[in-house]
Amino acid sequence: MSVLVKKEEIRLLSGNEAISRGAFEAGVKVASAYPGTPSTEILENFVRYEGVYAEWAPNEKVAVEVAIGASMGGVRALATMKHVGVNVAADPIFTASYTGVRGGLVIVTADDPELHSSQNEQDNRHYAVAAKIPMLEPSDSSEAKEFTRLAFELSEKYDTPVFLRTTTRISHAKGVVRLDEPSVPAFAPGFTPDPAKWVMLPVNAKRRHVVVEERTKALREFAETWEGNRIEWGDRSLGIVTSGVSWQYVKEAFPDASVLKIGLAWPLPERLFLEFAAGVSRVVVVEELDPHLETHVKALGILAQGKELIPIVGELDPRIVRQAITGESIPARAPETVPSRPPNLCPGCPHRGLFFALKKLKVTVTGDIGCYTLATLPPLGAMDSCICMGASIGNAHGMEKALGPDGAGKVVAVIGDSTFLHSGVTGLMNVVYNRGVSTVILLDNDITAMTGAQQNPSTGKTLHGEPTRRTDLPALCRALGVEHVYTVNPHDMKRTEALLRREVARREPSVIITKAPCALLPEHRRQKRPVYEVIADLCTGCKACSRLGCPAIEWVPFTPDEAVAAGKKATQRGIARISPLLCDGCNQCPPLCKFQAILEKKP
Amino acid sequence: MSVPKGDVFLAGVGGQGTLLASEVLCDAFLLSGFDVKKSEVHGMAQRGGSVTTHLRFGPKVFSPLIEPGKADLLIAFEKIEALRFAHYLRPGGAMVVNAQEIFPPSVATGQERYPQDVAERLRAVTDRLHMVDALAAALSMREVRAVNIVLVGAASHFLPLPEAVYEEALKARLPEGIVDVNVRAFRAGRALLQPA
Ligand code: SF4
Ligand code: SF4
Repeated sequence: MSVLVKKEEIRLLSGNEAISRGAFEAGVKVASAYPGTPSTEILENFVRYEGVYAEWAPNEKVAVEVAIGASMGGVRALATMKHVGVNVAADPIFTASYTGVRGGLVIVTADDPELHSSQNEQDNRHYAVAAKIPMLEPSDSSEAKEFTRLAFELSEKYDTPVFLRTTTRISHAKGVVRLDEPSVPAFAPGFTPDPAKWVMLPVNAKRRHVVVEERTKALREFAETWEGNRIEWGDRSLGIVTSGVSWQYVKEAFPDASVLKIGLAWPLPERLFLEFAAGVSRVVVVEELDPHLETHVKALGILAQGKELIPIVGELDPRIVRQAITGESIPARAPETVPSRPPNLCPGCPHRGLFFALKKLKVTVTGDIGCYTLATLPPLGAMDSCICMGASIGNAHGMEKALGPDGAGKVVAVIGDSTFLHSGVTGLMNVVYNRGVSTVILLDNDITAMTGAQQNPSTGKTLHGEPTRRTDLPALCRALGVEHVYTVNPHDMKRTEALLRREVARREPSVIITKAPCALLPEHRRQKRPVYEVIADLCTGCKACSRLGCPAIEWVPFTPDEAVAAGKKATQRGIARISPLLCDGCNQCPPLCKFQAILEKKP
Repeated sequence: MSVPKGDVFLAGVGGQGTLLASEVLCDAFLLSGFDVKKSEVHGMAQRGGSVTTHLRFGPKVFSPLIEPGKADLLIAFEKIEALRFAHYLRPGGAMVVNAQEIFPPSVATGQERYPQDVAERLRAVTDRLHMVDALAAALSMREVRAVNIVLVGAASHFLPLPEAVYEEALKARLPEGIVDVNVRAFRAGRALLQPA
């Protein structure tokens, strides 16, 4: 990718690409993140610019701490994460609000209304209020880039970290963006000791709190006059207060209405709200998720409608907005009823073998966040809980303590390599320390898979693609005090099952590392492997292989006549078939067939 | 002459290459001077689930999402997915549907049959239904992964852009080694249908 561009070059960029461009133009030198949908592509794109440093941190808290350190060191710094990542990073963020910055410091929170790829639908605008940190909220890719640049300027001018909040439809929607030249830093890097600012002893922090309150006042004044918060006067009978992607839906659904567009989600411009309300006969606040703008509009005594009309759950779109405000429903064809198509583990996914074996053990499985969470779905149905990154181990330990001796050998925790390093390590430390007996299964597929194959501390490569030392997972577990650490290839389901049975029964903590690469890794895909096929004459239709839930294994149903025509008993309900386009040759299904009907396909 | 505008809805199964197809379409519109927005979801759905792309072009586009009943063109990479999102099509809109069947889990595990009446039900939605066998076309080029660009080729008849601009977009978007096969896939797809 060529990065130095001619002036006024136009590109079609996703919100995430636009943010990375904005960060580059703003002269960001250090960026750190933990991958998480919908934020992942920001750093993946940023790292391609020349002269920048970017890294995957083991978790969001570390990412923010790195960015704070870089800011102290006098350069502009960026940390990006998905909405729930801010929960993990909240500790440093709340105090960075007090210290302020040296180089501009921007934290991107990418929220996920509609939970396209998340475990909750939290609205992170609350964090801006709670941490007293200003928050910019772009409405499209072009603003995503402009607001990112502005965020760094505000950060340095007001001595504060700045949040940039996107939602999935900003991060992953593409729009036209005009590129600009990168700016030159206003000062040289270097750390100037200043304990009153950087050392948050109570005595210093107390004084910084006063500074924070003054800063919020100043930013509120900025909010009143900044053109990103603006009134677009139109028909005065309807006035809509909105922000973020909802602004686009409002412009689409009500092109003639008066609109107050809010680009700074915190602090909010009170005089502007009052001016707007005075100019229109009806005020409606249109925002996704929580009534953030609405609460503050109403606190000013403005009679406004909000969540009584606009859904608090899920995403909006122009149609929802139009119906909510006018009450009219435009007739549209009802959706057809068709078989649902939830996501599934890939053909050849190593996790499938493990969960198939686990299901046979009839144990309770506390789960975690990753592709393997999909093992909850039928036919595997082999995961019983999923709360947040790293929760599986603590959950298993807690459940065992609750069940007492009756629970021994009945609970296992399942966690991926990247998730374990993110926040499972302390959970395992706790098991050992507090005399737990949990069996922890560490699914090591050599990548952070769910978010689209990112490196992590155990994969041996950095975000820049350089080789690096790996965290040695078995050695780490042993160092935590786990004596029983074993590695197995989960495609070999027989051995996996035997090992599981032995370790689950053990009255001591143990870790089983299931090691095999993610089926989507390019290194894996380049390898030649056989494709398997079901020999129709041998298949009795017992469905033993179907229970694996591999997308490549298809069921061909028979009517009694069709069965007879195929040379089967009239009672045979169908046969299995393997799609040669999908089969990854993992060899998990052949041993499941008692009739030896699944064989390597002859080329 | 006023610049035309339109909404194109793409539906498929995670892993079928809908992302690249929509990228190429967007580039083609951008090269032709349109404002374009597109929206799609990454992450979990990409693991074999239903995936959609909303693509909108015109002189100025606001919402990145298409409303149900407003799409001018539905490009479906799989038959069930065509039906699942058929209600996004406007009355009289066109549909280009890949005849390929990819079994969803309930069908693959034998709990229900793959619906046998997809074509009839689609025809009830629009008489501008065009079924194409993009998989066969891709396989005949020995490149299964080109199904997506074959479909772009077939669908191009229903979009207001000259043929050359798609090839320009492919050249700009793809690594050199695979430009050729994809240009051929585009042409093969375009040859599957008559000009609208
Ligand atoms: S991406 Fe990798 S880890 Fe995820 S389901 Fe597919 S094979 Fe399994
Ligand atoms: S060998 Fe069997 S389980 Fe593995 S990918 Fe092929 S069909 Fe699926």
